[in-house]
Amino acid sequence: MSNVFTRRREKLLALKSLRSGGPRSAPAPACPACGAEVPRGELHKNLYVCPRCGHHHAVSAYYRLSLVLDPGTFRELDERLASADPLAFPGYAGKLADAGRRTGLSEAVVTATGRIEGRRTAVGVLDSRFFMGSMSAAVGEKITRLVEYAEKNRLPLILFSASGGARMQEGILSLMQMAKTAAALEHFSAAGGLYISVFTHPTTGGVTASFASLGDYMLAEPEALVGFAGPRVVEQTIGQPVPEGFQSAEYQLDHGFLDAVVPRRELRATLSRLLRLHDPKGGRDR
Amino acid sequence: MNQTLTPVQRVALARNPQRPGTADFISALFTDFFELRGDRHFGEDPSILGGVALYHGQPVTVIGHRKGRTLEENLKFNFGMPSPEGYRKAQRLMEQAEKFRRPVITFIDTPGAYPGLEAEARGQGEAIARCLSILSALTVPVISVVTGEGGSGGALALGVGNSVLMLENAVYSVLSPEGFAAILWKDASRSNEACDVMKLTAADLLELGVIDEIIPEPEGGAHTAPGAVFTAVDDAISRSLAPLLKLSGSALARQRYKKFRAMGNQAIRRDRG
Repeated sequence: MSNVFTRRREKLLALKSLRSGGPRSAPAPACPACGAEVPRGELHKNLYVCPRCGHHHAVSAYYRLSLVLDPGTFRELDERLASADPLAFPGYAGKLADAGRRTGLSEAVVTATGRIEGRRTAVGVLDSRFFMGSMSAAVGEKITRLVEYAEKNRLPLILFSASGGARMQEGILSLMQMAKTAAALEHFSAAGGLYISVFTHPTTGGVTASFASLGDYMLAEPEALVGFAGPRVVEQTIGQPVPEGFQSAEYQLDHGFLDAVVPRRELRATLSRLLRLHDPKGGRDR
Repeated sequence: MNQTLTPVQRVALARNPQRPGTADFISALFTDFFELRGDRHFGEDPSILGGVALYHGQPVTVIGHRKGRTLEENLKFNFGMPSPEGYRKAQRLMEQAEKFRRPVITFIDTPGAYPGLEAEARGQGEAIARCLSILSALTVPVISVVTGEGGSGGALALGVGNSVLMLENAVYSVLSPEGFAAILWKDASRSNEACDVMKLTAADLLELGVIDEIIPEPEGGAHTAPGAVFTAVDDAISRSLAPLLKLSGSALARQRYKKFRAMGNQAIRRDRG
């Protein structure tokens, strides 16, 4: 019986990963970093990391989950939460509908539970293709629910961020999600919960200034842009171009804001090791 | 009350250099103010002013943004745009308030956190995030008053209060109207248009459930009769503080959590799927 459900869930995740810009759904794009046109099959085999220059391409939330979770363990939470366009902002409803059609997502974050090398985990992934992964109230709510779910079920929590920051069209209600998610994480932390934050390219603004910066462990993918103010805003402030490598993951590592920069191929093993280090049963086989 | 002002006019009043700021509220409403300086890590950022004082005889911690009034002061205080050191000083004060069981009163007036090279190098995002998490869990009363510009995360970092009050012509928004127009329409000069759609006035925010009370200003704005504003702010803080002082520490933290937990509930719907 459980096998049937497992297979169904697996199929669903694979389909969603396809639908949302995963393997084979579009022609091979030129690498935004080096311009190399890598055949899609090769890129896919290489986990969407450019085999020429090592650039980590943006990937969809479902694809990310399929890379990290044990096969057959994915279970999505709050899949249907969406924005209600609270300010009746001009043009927003139509853009939401477009983004939904284009990505198959109802909002910019996918939250789920699943297992990583056998350990049950709560995982949230922001998807930069939906309004640049910006924090709508629905995004804040889904993340907060995930944190509360993890606390209630005593699960470790992993959040992958990729976000332009606040959702402008939801105004102040977007801003308040920073306080809401930070408060939920503080509560979770006080209860002894483990939270691993993984920055992916790019993460800026209100997401950097709230939940993404509050991890017990802070990781990032190579060369991911991580900052509060975006580089263009900083350039306007200082009146000159920002230095090479400014706000890259490696820069943040040098400045003391990350524990490690982890290539995509090593991400699952790294997360698994951290979960093992926090497992009361330690390294014993399960 | 000036019901007829447009959002653009209120933004102008909120930014008026003669408008009373944190330093003015501290000298008018508190006694025995002792300023605390420095973040104990890197430096002192005077764009955040904080310390301990007596509020009607009761020891409290006061923290606020400081813009200054003259150009010289503006430069010294970086136009009220804090660096990470300012937020880390604020964290230190919040934690000290928790230790000594003092209520925290914050005054919010900033265009936003400083978006500079050095601020990024020292973790502006982390500094703000940590303010949010510390404030959210304090077991002492926290009252926040938006007195001028409430700009973005740099404002919210001092704004996670049990009670959030706002002066009638203050504004509070996800980003400055100029930044908003630049991001959304790639044209900062459309900031007046942004003011009209952003819902950044006190009346808007009360309706959206983001603030609890509007403190009325004299005709023409707070700077025209500061004395009346000090009295009104004092009354509003006293009224908010009294019931909070009767709550236990855990009840205070719970109330604050629930309050922010519910923010934006009206912005969510369940998709048909």
